[in-house]
This record gives sequence, C-alpha cells and structure tokens, in this order.
Amino acid sequence: MISLSGIERNFQVGDQTVHALANVNLDIGAGEYVSIMGPSGSGKSTLLNIVGLLDRPSSGIYKLDDRDVTGLSDEEEASVRRDKIGFVFQSFHLVPRLNALENVALPMLLAGVSISERHRRATENLEAYGLGDRIHHRPDQLSGGQRQRVAMARATIMRPVVLLADEPTGNLDRASGKEVVALLEGLNASGVTLVVVTHDPQLGQRARRQIHMVDGMIDTDEVSPQ
Amino acid sequence: MMNLTDVLRFSTRTLTGFRTRTILMIVAMSIGVGAVVVLTSLGEGARRYVVNEFSSLGTNLIIVIPGRTETGGNLPGLMVGRSPRDLTLEDALALLRSSRVTRMAPLNIGSAQVSRGRLKRESPIIGTTHDFKEIRGLEIGQGQFIPPGDPTAPQSICVIGQNLSRELFGNLPPIGKWLRVGERRFRVIGVLASKGRSLGFDIDEVAIIPVASAQQLFNQPSLLRIFAETRHRDSLEAARDEIRNILKDRHEGDEDVTVVTQDAVLATFDRILRTLTYAVGGIAAISLAVAGILTMNVMLIAVSQRTSEIGLMKALGASGRQIRNLFFAEAALLSAVGAAVGLAIGAAGVLAIRQLYPQFPAAAPMWAVAAAVITASITGVVFSLMPARRAARLDPVVSLAKR
Repeated sequence: MISLSGIERNFQVGDQTVHALANVNLDIGAGEYVSIMGPSGSGKSTLLNIVGLLDRPSSGIYKLDDRDVTGLSDEEEASVRRDKIGFVFQSFHLVPRLNALENVALPMLLAGVSISERHRRATENLEAYGLGDRIHHRPDQLSGGQRQRVAMARATIMRPVVLLADEPTGNLDRASGKEVVALLEGLNASGVTLVVVTHDPQLGQRARRQIHMVDGMIDTDEVSPQ
Repeated sequence: MMNLTDVLRFSTRTLTGFRTRTILMIVAMSIGVGAVVVLTSLGEGARRYVVNEFSSLGTNLIIVIPGRTETGGNLPGLMVGRSPRDLTLEDALALLRSSRVTRMAPLNIGSAQVSRGRLKRESPIIGTTHDFKEIRGLEIGQGQFIPPGDPTAPQSICVIGQNLSRELFGNLPPIGKWLRVGERRFRVIGVLASKGRSLGFDIDEVAIIPVASAQQLFNQPSLLRIFAETRHRDSLEAARDEIRNILKDRHEGDEDVTVVTQDAVLATFDRILRTLTYAVGGIAAISLAVAGILTMNVMLIAVSQRTSEIGLMKALGASGRQIRNLFFAEAALLSAVGAAVGLAIGAAGVLAIRQLYPQFPAAAPMWAVAAAVITASITGVVFSLMPARRAARLDPVVSLAKR
C-alpha cells in the first residue's frame, strides 16, 4: 500500500543542511492503523507530509498502491491527493467564509463533480457525521469538535484509501477528542488505512502499530499484540 | 477538472466574503473607467461645440485675419489678431475687386456701455456692414439691418439683439428710439430675431453699428476680421489666392495677412480638439493603470493572507493550475464589475454635465468607452497574473503551517 524506501528529506537552513528524514524505510499495508510518535523535530510531520504528497523527498522512492509517485507532475500529484488521500489537521483548516456544506464539497468541486451531486453527497456525509442540522453553519458558528467532524466529513468525501491525521485531537477538549478518535477508528475498521501523527502517548498507544521516531529516523516500530 | 461556472461561482463567493476589500477595488477600478469616460466626453463635447459653431457659418466663407502665419493650417492670429500692418476698411473694400467675391463684411468688435436714460448695460458692439447679415445668417425681428451704402461714412444707427432691446425698452417699440453707446448716440433701426449663441457671442445681447462708426467709437482703424463669401464652393481656393494677391499689392508686396477658408479653420479646430481628447483620455487612462497596480497589490496581499487556504486547497487535490485559475478569475471578475460600475459612473457624469450645461454637447466617444473597458480588463488580468502564479507555486507544507 504505502512503501517508502531510502527516503531522505534535507532542508537548507542558512548554510547548514538539516536532515529532517534520514534513510527512512517503511511499509504500511492496506487497512493498517499506524501511529507515528516522537518529540518535536523528530521528523514525524515531515514523514506525514511526504506520505501525503504535500512534500517531496530529497531522495528515495515512494510507492503508493504499487505506483511510484516520487516524480509525478503537479497535476498528477494533485489528483492522487484528491482521490486517494484524506487529511485531518490539528487546526481543522476549514475555509472560514464557506459553510459546512461548501467546505465538505470542496474536494468534489476541485474534481469537477456537478453541483447537485456535490450537494447530495456532502449533505449525506455531514449527516453521517451527526452534523445534519449544521449544514449551513459557518466554521465560526461551530464548536471545536463539530469543526473537526466537518473536516473529517471533508477528508472522507472522496473515499480515500489513506487517512492522514496530524494531531487530530490537539486542539480539542477531552470529550470531543474521544469522539473524533472513535470516528477515525471507525473508518479504519471499515478498511481505510489510518496514519496518526501525535506526541500524545495515550492517543498513539491506541494504534495497532506504533512507530517512534528520533532525529529523522525510525527508532522503534512495534505492533502491539491485541 | 473544475468547469468555468464553478470557478466563477467560487470566486464570486470569495469576493463577497471579503466585502470591504472587494468594494474598495471596484471603487478604484470604476473611478479609472469613469474618469476616462467623463474626460473624453468633455473633449469630444468641446470638439462638437466648435464644429457646430463653425458650421452655422456658411461653408464658402473666407476669413482674412491681420498677421502672417508661416503655414496655412495653423492660426495663431485667429485669437489675438496682432499685425505689423493694420487691416483697413480700404483693404476690405478692395476685396470686392475680385470677381469671385460676391459678399464682403468687415468686422470690428469692442465692448461698450449701452444706455437709455438710467438703464445701462455693458454689451459687445459689432461694427460691420450690410452684407454681414447674409454672411452670418442673421435674421431681423423688427425694422431693418444696416442699409447698404458707403461703408466709410459713419452713421448713427444701430441694430440690437432681443435681450438688449428688452432690457432697455421693455415692451416699448424700440424702432426709431435713441440710445447711447459709449459717448455717442445711435438710433435703433432694427431688432435681431432671437438666435442664441454663435461663435462665442450671444447674438441676443449685441449691438451692431456701421463699421466706420465703430472705428470712431473705439478709435481703432484696424479691422479684426474680414469675411468674404464666394458664390460657389468650387471657387473658394481661387478666391482665396486672389484675395491674398490683392492684399499683398496693397501692402507693398508684404504678405502680412492670413487668409483662410472656413473649411481649413474647421479642420484645424477639429484636429486640435481631437488631439486634446486623446491627451485627456490618456491622462485618465493613467488612473486605470494605477487601479491595475492596486489590483495587483491587493491580490498579492490576498495570496499571503490566504496562504493556509491555498495550502489546504492543494491538500484537498487542487493543482497549481486550478489555484492560479481561481485567483485569476477573482481578478477578472473584479475588473469586469469595476468596469461596469465605472461605465455607469461615467454615463451619470456625462448626463450631469448635459443637465448643467445644456448647450455643451458632452458625449463620450465610442472608442473611448471601448478603450476604457478594454484597458480595465487588461490591466486587471495582466496585473493578476503575477499574484496568481505566486499562489499556484506556494509550497503546501509551508502554507499549511501558517494559520
């Protein structure tokens, strides 16, 4: 499913080269539930960005669904992100001037889905996330938990095979956080590959497979016996 | 791929979302377009005004102006009338020696107080002869015009305009009554029919006296102009040359007068005022360019303000091209609405000018309207290229990190 080999990512800071990722090799199978943990600066977010095709490795090969996606053009990359990958961000990243429905419909808008189809599917998805009565609310009229659920409804609208969550509960209170985690795990149970980046051990330990990163390298990679 | 309707709908949504910014941009753009429309319509109005004024004179008219100009087309003496040698009444009479000249009217103009009893009024005074009536197409309301006769003999008679008559005589019949022009007394022999303004004079306000009387009154032996008329348009050029030769002979071989045809004057004014309109339009277009640069600035700010949104859009599957198109559409919509509002402002401005100055035929020329709209669209689009491209190239990781 996800196959990284010899991935390096170097940043130039002043005249120094920082190795954010150094020779990362990682295989994640379809339907896995993986958490990536580590202190800040360990490279976990960089890794997630590369898996999400938001960032390109300096060297190495990344295969998604057996397809080498390392050297894709901007257009091809965009369509892979759109069709196969869903993102859930710590700060939700909803467009403030659009209502819940329009936010959820955004990926379909970019994909050129017709407006009636967009409305139908976005409404369905929002209802599925318990937001049927919040369809026309703008983000500033929603609670943190509701915002993150809108973001999830958006992340799943294109039925991605991989869901990438970067500190999904970071900005939420305990109750809302639990709710969101339950939803993410529910999606994983239905077959979606789930990768969660966090430095919250409680969240990280819920995953079947836990990866610890230190200084841009994978330190430990354990599958908990459940 | 997104279709055009979706792109436009999304951009409209963005524009209505950032209301203040959108309104300010539209105002800037529309002021530019409006300025072009209003200013060029003023220039065009001036041109039409002058052309109309001249057309009210005959078309087979030759004008003699004291003072020499180097080239036939320009008319430095037309406004000032300075000359090394006076243009005399004898010069004027000599023109009738040309067989092509059918009518001739010398012209002397001054300003003097016209009074009757305690009623006083400052009026333009025209000194001329009998043929002036036909040449200028004047009509007599009551009485008669200056009778034909020896133009060199001063006579104490005058013909007055409608307003002047009403001011001085009220409802009394003015014919045969005496009035004072400056220090002299004149008998009213006629009242002109109302004609309104012509060549900068309000015909209703003037008093017309024999040219010789005017020369005495103003102590000015030199004429301001001589009008000469030919029977046919075809003989205009030949008559002009003859007049030139007659005056050259009389002036000891010096060509120190300017002889122009009505057509030449008209063409010159037409050209001058057209150029003026272009110049004014060009100046106004600068404000459009400023509006364009403003568009670019605002779009650049929009790109940096919406960095995280652009990053998000990329994460959701927007390609660089789609981002570019969205920003591009936004700028295009802004300029289109700005141009439309500007046209409305311009049209309202032209209407207002016409209401305020009914005799001034202000009208925006079509080319100016088209140029304003096209310039607005092009500046809007061109100046949004750079911001749109910058947006498209934003690195999603960096942009998502911002919030």
